[in-house]
Amino acid sequence: MMFLSLLVFSPLLGILLLAFVRKTDTKTIQWLGTAATVPPLFLALFAFIQSGRGFRLEQLDEAHDWVRLANLPFLTDAAYVIRYELSIDGLSLVFLVLTAVLATLAAAASLLVKAEKKGYFMWLLALEIGMLGVFAAANFIWFFLFLEVTLVAMFLLVGKWGGFERERAAYGYLVYNGLGSALLLVVIAVLVARTGTANFALLREMLHNPVAQGQLIAPLTEEGRHWLLGGLLLAFAVKLPAVPLHRWLIRVHVEAPPPVVMLHAGVLLKIAAYGMIRFGIGLFPDEFRTFAGVIAVVGVINVLYGALLALRQSELKHVLAYSSVSHMGVVLVGLGALNEAGIQGAVFQSVAHGLIAALSFLLVGILTERMRATELNRLGGLTKAMPVFSGYLLTAALALLGLPGLAGFVGEFTAFLGLFATKPALAAAGALGLIFAAVYSLRAVLEITFGRTREPQAPSLREAQRDAADLRAKEAVPAFILVALIVAVGVYPQLLAAPLAAALETMMNGLGG
Amino acid sequence: MNDVWQANWGMMAPEWVILAAAVVLLLIDLAMPSERSRRPLAWGAAAAAVIALAATAAMIPADPVSILHDTFRLDGFAKAFKLILLAGGALALLLVADWEPKKGGRYRGEFAYMMLFALLGAMMVASSGDLLTLFVSIELLTVSSYILAGLRKTATASNEAALKYVINGGIATAIMLFGMSYVFGLTGTTNLGDIARRLQETNEPYVLGFAFLLLLIGVSFKLATVPFHMWAPDVYEGAPVPATAFFSVVSKAAGFILLLRLFVTMFAAAPAAGRDPSSLLLSMQPVIAVLAGLTMIVGNVVALRQRSLKRLLAYSSIAHAGYLLAGVAAMSWAMIDSLWIYLLAYVFMNIGAFAIVAHIAHQTGSDDFDGLSGLYRHRPLLAAALGLFLLSLAGIPGTAGFIAKLYLFIGLVVTEPGHYVLAAVMAVTTVISYVYYFNLLVQLFFRPASLAPLGRLPAGLSAAVVVCALGTLVIGWMPGLAYDVLAQFGHFGDFLP
Repeated sequence: MMFLSLLVFSPLLGILLLAFVRKTDTKTIQWLGTAATVPPLFLALFAFIQSGRGFRLEQLDEAHDWVRLANLPFLTDAAYVIRYELSIDGLSLVFLVLTAVLATLAAAASLLVKAEKKGYFMWLLALEIGMLGVFAAANFIWFFLFLEVTLVAMFLLVGKWGGFERERAAYGYLVYNGLGSALLLVVIAVLVARTGTANFALLREMLHNPVAQGQLIAPLTEEGRHWLLGGLLLAFAVKLPAVPLHRWLIRVHVEAPPPVVMLHAGVLLKIAAYGMIRFGIGLFPDEFRTFAGVIAVVGVINVLYGALLALRQSELKHVLAYSSVSHMGVVLVGLGALNEAGIQGAVFQSVAHGLIAALSFLLVGILTERMRATELNRLGGLTKAMPVFSGYLLTAALALLGLPGLAGFVGEFTAFLGLFATKPALAAAGALGLIFAAVYSLRAVLEITFGRTREPQAPSLREAQRDAADLRAKEAVPAFILVALIVAVGVYPQLLAAPLAAALETMMNGLGG
Repeated sequence: MNDVWQANWGMMAPEWVILAAAVVLLLIDLAMPSERSRRPLAWGAAAAAVIALAATAAMIPADPVSILHDTFRLDGFAKAFKLILLAGGALALLLVADWEPKKGGRYRGEFAYMMLFALLGAMMVASSGDLLTLFVSIELLTVSSYILAGLRKTATASNEAALKYVINGGIATAIMLFGMSYVFGLTGTTNLGDIARRLQETNEPYVLGFAFLLLLIGVSFKLATVPFHMWAPDVYEGAPVPATAFFSVVSKAAGFILLLRLFVTMFAAAPAAGRDPSSLLLSMQPVIAVLAGLTMIVGNVVALRQRSLKRLLAYSSIAHAGYLLAGVAAMSWAMIDSLWIYLLAYVFMNIGAFAIVAHIAHQTGSDDFDGLSGLYRHRPLLAAALGLFLLSLAGIPGTAGFIAKLYLFIGLVVTEPGHYVLAAVMAVTTVISYVYYFNLLVQLFFRPASLAPLGRLPAGLSAAVVVCALGTLVIGWMPGLAYDVLAQFGHFGDFLP
């Protein structure tokens, strides 16, 4: 079976085809670039639907020999064999579908990108390969490999196609995420060196089965495991990002081209959540208990800090950036709860925020193009000029503040429900953040849509704003799809819960409860 | 005399090829009319290196043997590292073939055969089983290198480079020889195997420790590791680019081969000073670890501030020496393996980068990194290749550099307790290195083109770039191929005589 390889690497075809298109032929590039994201979307949806009908995802596992790092007489034959392995379960499937959907929508939204489209789409597709690979990888080496593909692709996408301070944002991204990755690499090296394998399932076995522990190449002490998990969590905390490691995120949100932010806020931040669940809880369930309190506290701080700062921003992208910090805090809250509801909430929240952030930045991109401004005090009364657009913007704001019936509510509610069960006082404090969310999102969006219409000083801007057209069909379709998904998850969370159930059960067994 | 006639000279076939080629090319250069171009000599030299490489590869399955009273050993270690030296030498010679002297200078035939002599020295280091041959061959390498550095006779920078190299290299040699004399004094023999055996019974651990440090200082000079790295940037900047590529790859590899041959063979079982029950080598592990850490930090941090491409690559190569030294400091079973993989990756990524820098420096007349601006616009493939080499040097997955660095990391933490501090330093300095490597990527891909389009890449450089790019990619995506070659040497079980 090559299903997963096909799913992960199919955008490569688009990259190759794009290489043969003339640079100036932007129409073909846009068309081809978007079309190249469709195969993984189809394959991911196919797998999603099939698994809903009872198809066992393990049948998709792939493994090929890749490299044997060492062949020592005192080791078993399987030691230090790293294979090319892909495998998915319900958890990865949910994220794969999210990635594939958002990648197609981001490609469609890349109409806004005008300069050097060819290079842009090639890197955007490379980014998609990286993201898909991260969720499909079944061993640490390949996980890391795909993760670093996203690092390079994001650096170039932000640094070349971003806004005014793009290079600073790109370097910030590179250094913070580079440090996170480096830390992760050290943890991976320790695990591979001591166990002789990088495969997740084998690692879990080696770390927990007392019989298998005898086969360890060098011992892993109790203390050592805590350090390893601490390293893992810290590495992903940078990528999540957790306060106070969030500075880079703000810059990237503000400077990167909006379609790239759709993927960044929508998927890349979720890799951290995925990593914490998959490796933190999956590989070190016992040690995870020690850290649960810290995670919950950091999560609550994230929720409150992000929301408070979002309140004080005077620019829409900044509001959304801090709201991302706040919403990723909810993921931590869920993980810190350490019960089924909490973890489920963390996944729900990841998906929900992925969809909502993508919708927000899709709209921000359009707003920037039409109005050439995203400062709140320079925008107002858009309902008259762009009624459809304003409608979508309001929907996004309502989803952002967690209106019941929309996706955001499901995630926040489940995550906090989990934390209330284990740490009620902390949860109560964190829940305040949800109220702030209502304030900041409505403050920003109501001002833009209903506020006083403002005449810009510069004549060219006035001209542009007067002629601003409402959403074109090409733009409305992605927005509509996102809203539909947000509503679907909101009213029928079982859509996500069903595929997750089996994976969550395994994890809860690992946690021993 | 019988020994000499009956020795199995066939096992020196690669060395004979290189020696014969060097001598023949030298004679041709003498006999050639002075107005004829000397370029074909470099092609001949490159061909000789390739033939020697094939000969070495053909000898891989043979059992380890030694001739001439154990002065020349052909064990797995020698074969494995000769592959790297010859690959690096052949690629550097391709750069020599297309070397363009600056205005007023003239292409010199010496370039090709002096590099072959240097290569011969490096190969002999890999095969030496005796202090004497070890010393003579490392001197053959360095003396030839001095000439390579000063080859642009009319350029002050080149003369300065050669002079600095001679003085620093001379001091290093003197210190190393001093250290060797102590070892000889303690054991009364120059054979490495005998030294190792006799040192086990020595009761002069302090004298031995002193000798160890002297040797370490001498070798550190050759490796250009902190604090004896100061000469490297000046020499790298002043020497012609192909020579710099040769120094940074082949000479560095030879330095590490020397380090392993000397220290692991002699001191792995020698007693340590004080009450330390372990061996001298293990007790000196912290010293090597500190040197490695400092080298990684200094090399990477200073590289951040360089604007000259050659100096930047010089500091980057100091940093890489630091990573390699960390691999030595790990002292795990993966030590020699990880060094081999790293040096193999380094041959491809570093010579590839130098090949493109050589072209740019020649075409733009300067080696400021502004010269890279907008290369992507005129020459997208060339820019992509340079980008690949830079990513590989930075250790990004999908390239040879990552696979090599991963193995170093594994080597550092495989023992209990692991060398976590060193691993952390390596991780953090790697991220620091991202900044300057990505800075070059920014020049390549983001900046508008400031200069006239570059001319076509000449044949030799193109060949080098293609081979290096393929090597970098293949090891990055199919590391199994490299590790299969490595597996043939069985973790260098026959290393100790």
